Amino acid sequence: MKNFKLSNLILALAAPLAAAVVSIIISSLAVLASHKSPMDAYTTMWQFGTTSASLMQMLDTATPYYIAAIAIAITFRAGLFNIGVEGQLRLGAMFGAYLGAKFILPPVLHIIAIMIISMTIGGMWAAIAGYLKVKRGVSEVISTIMLNALAGGLSSYLLATYFVDRTTDSNNMSTKMLPHSGQFPDLMPLLNKIGIKNQPGGGVYGMVIVAIALGIIFWFVINRTRFGFELRASGSNPIAARVSGVNSKRMVFVAMATSGAVAGLAGLPAVLGDTHAFNMGFRTGIGFSAIAVALLGRNNPVGMAISALLFGFLEVSSRALELIDIAPETYIIMQGSILLSSVIAYEVVRRYKITLQSKELAKAVGA
Amino acid sequence: MSVAVELRHISKRFPGVIANKDVSMSVQTGTVHALVGENGAGKSTVMKILYGMQRPDGGEILVNGTQVHFKNPNDAIEASIGMVHQHFMLADNFTVLENIILGSEPKHGITIDFVAARKKVVEMAAQYGLDIDPDVLVEELGVGQRQRVEILKVLYRGARILIFDEPTAVLVPQEVDDLFNALQGLRAEGMAIIFISHKLDEVLRVADDVTVVRAGSTVAEVKSKDVTARQLAELMVGSELPQPTTHGDTRRPEITLALKDVSIPTKSGSRDLISHISFNLHAGEVVGIAGVEGNGQAELVEAIMGLRDYTGDIEFSGSNINHASVAHRRDLGIGLIPEDRQRQAMMMESPLWENRILGHQRGKPVMRGFVLDKKRIIADTRAIMQEFDVRAPGPQTFASALSGGNQQKFIVGREMSKAPSLLVASHPTRGVDVGAQGAIWEELRRAREKGMAIVLISADLEELIGMSDRLLVMLRGSIAAELDPAKTTPEQLGSAMTGAV
Repeated sequence: MKNFKLSNLILALAAPLAAAVVSIIISSLAVLASHKSPMDAYTTMWQFGTTSASLMQMLDTATPYYIAAIAIAITFRAGLFNIGVEGQLRLGAMFGAYLGAKFILPPVLHIIAIMIISMTIGGMWAAIAGYLKVKRGVSEVISTIMLNALAGGLSSYLLATYFVDRTTDSNNMSTKMLPHSGQFPDLMPLLNKIGIKNQPGGGVYGMVIVAIALGIIFWFVINRTRFGFELRASGSNPIAARVSGVNSKRMVFVAMATSGAVAGLAGLPAVLGDTHAFNMGFRTGIGFSAIAVALLGRNNPVGMAISALLFGFLEVSSRALELIDIAPETYIIMQGSILLSSVIAYEVVRRYKITLQSKELAKAVGA
Repeated sequence: MSVAVELRHISKRFPGVIANKDVSMSVQTGTVHALVGENGAGKSTVMKILYGMQRPDGGEILVNGTQVHFKNPNDAIEASIGMVHQHFMLADNFTVLENIILGSEPKHGITIDFVAARKKVVEMAAQYGLDIDPDVLVEELGVGQRQRVEILKVLYRGARILIFDEPTAVLVPQEVDDLFNALQGLRAEGMAIIFISHKLDEVLRVADDVTVVRAGSTVAEVKSKDVTARQLAELMVGSELPQPTTHGDTRRPEITLALKDVSIPTKSGSRDLISHISFNLHAGEVVGIAGVEGNGQAELVEAIMGLRDYTGDIEFSGSNINHASVAHRRDLGIGLIPEDRQRQAMMMESPLWENRILGHQRGKPVMRGFVLDKKRIIADTRAIMQEFDVRAPGPQTFASALSGGNQQKFIVGREMSKAPSLLVASHPTRGVDVGAQGAIWEELRRAREKGMAIVLISADLEELIGMSDRLLVMLRGSIAAELDPAKTTPEQLGSAMTGAV
């Protein structure tokens, strides 16, 4: 039994290790192609990336990735694919910021109210795709991509025409600032207490806590509840799930809407913790990077946390590449090669595991 | 007579499947040689090795006296070995002729020489008594005729040694007769035919010699005229055989399931998938649904389970369940053993303990409140595995690692664990070995005695006749006949299934 566990552990580590090696090779080739030394690049990135300020930024970058990845993982586990997280989080963040600035509530309640608004908007936006799939058989992949395009245009239009705060005369169109009660306090005061010092340009979003809580809730609901079981059953064998009594249409709709609701939160770390308003500079691409984060993290809450942090680290630390004259966008190559090689490595390990189990079975039945 | 094929001490190990340990057989030209054995005894593996689909770990293969080493089926075809697969590999939208020449088309420059091809096919068909119109589309053909196309296809490639893998599994009795006539024709032409089957009466009818394999080894090679079906069966199993029988009348007065005028109309308005089905099923009664596959049995199951919309009324224990969801029906006490276990009843890439939950996720013993009771589930899974002799290392084993028979035993155990008052059992013993078949029959018998009502759908006529209290024959979506199993032979039932009476 002990040996069995040990071999499991080795197997679990084999895939990420192999993937890391392959992706380092690919990234090095990319750096070499621009006539620079990969070693220099890595040392520069490591030195810059491991400073306290960079680590804080890494955490801030990873938080929306993580939340969005959970949203995507919900649909992956149900055998669906929500590519529309980008649009859902954008609309969620914008409505949350706009409506949240219209009222005043006690501090914690105000933030919760904004979250509920964002989740509702994100959920409704994703539910359109769920509805179309259930009622009209439209592939959710196609409809969510289209809804992304709509969300982009819609948010620009609404912001410019209705939501823009005309009392300020900045060039950057923005909604009205959230009142103080609607701003998520930074974690720095807390971190100071455990001996972490303030850094220039640093600071850690309070939403990190929400992200961690979401990860725990995600794990519990998926693995331990009936809803989670039925969702996974629909993902792994939709026909058997239906035969077992799962209302498959409802499951599609609910999974999409839930995913969208979680996605709605992914735009809030910056809105609640930094800009305190939705503006034209709202970060784009979170929803797409999060697809990679979910894939790399195997839809597993811990795995996705690690991959979100890794993506955040690469993104932040690669800024230093400019100093030695390498295009900072090299990190995109790194992210891509990590993703690709790990997806392949996981598949290889998965197949090997099945063979291993069959062998064990053969031994057990004495064949 | 000469030896066409000889296998000497073939061995092959596989992860998960019983391997060939020591299989030997020797097939004469101009004979039909049957290879029999239980499911999982290694028949298919031997044939895959002979057909070059797999390579043996040990042993020798001799074709016409020379040793051969096949790397792939092309090598085997080259050595004039042909395989008629159990599942046909035909292109539906091609004609018979096109299907036969597909892959080895006679060329006329760069065009296909259809004239020569047609001539050859027509000659072959006449020579071997395999009548068929070369110009019809395959999609218009029945199962028996499709098989004929498969045979012609193999012959067209010059096969002199033909392997038939469970050829009768998909045929009704009358089509079986046609096939056997064709086999006699091929034999007379000096072909060597290897006939894989586990239906012993058929084997004795058609074969000259019989090789019996058990657990991967040849246990006997006999002349078919020297043995009885029972002797063969006992050689196969290594012990006495289970029988599909029930004892006495356990029917209780209360009606568990009542169908009234149940139909499933098609959207296009063509013939109903099932049409005006009515019957009552009492507690403690088994109703057998006979019929050639595709005559509405699957749709009937779907209607009872609520998986498909229907018209008419279905009552369960006296109350109408027309508007009850699948989940609700299951929770009321309707259990289901679906016909396609891997597609409809299992999550192949999940451990057994998660498969234990499937269909039972709405209550005890699986749930505690709205949370899965994992400890309880694992203990329960272990109990099912023990009671139903599911051979696997433990509840953490993935379903995909189990053999088909063990998967089936697990599903039967899972459904029985809840003691449903109605069990819809679709092909409950399909693809399981004789031992497991006996165990499943015993389980159904016991449940019937305790008052379970059972709808039994099967393609195994002896199982239907033996286990049922009443037989309903479905033909083109309707109930064509009701028969008393005590007074029905498999032949009569077969005729009724094709609508011949």
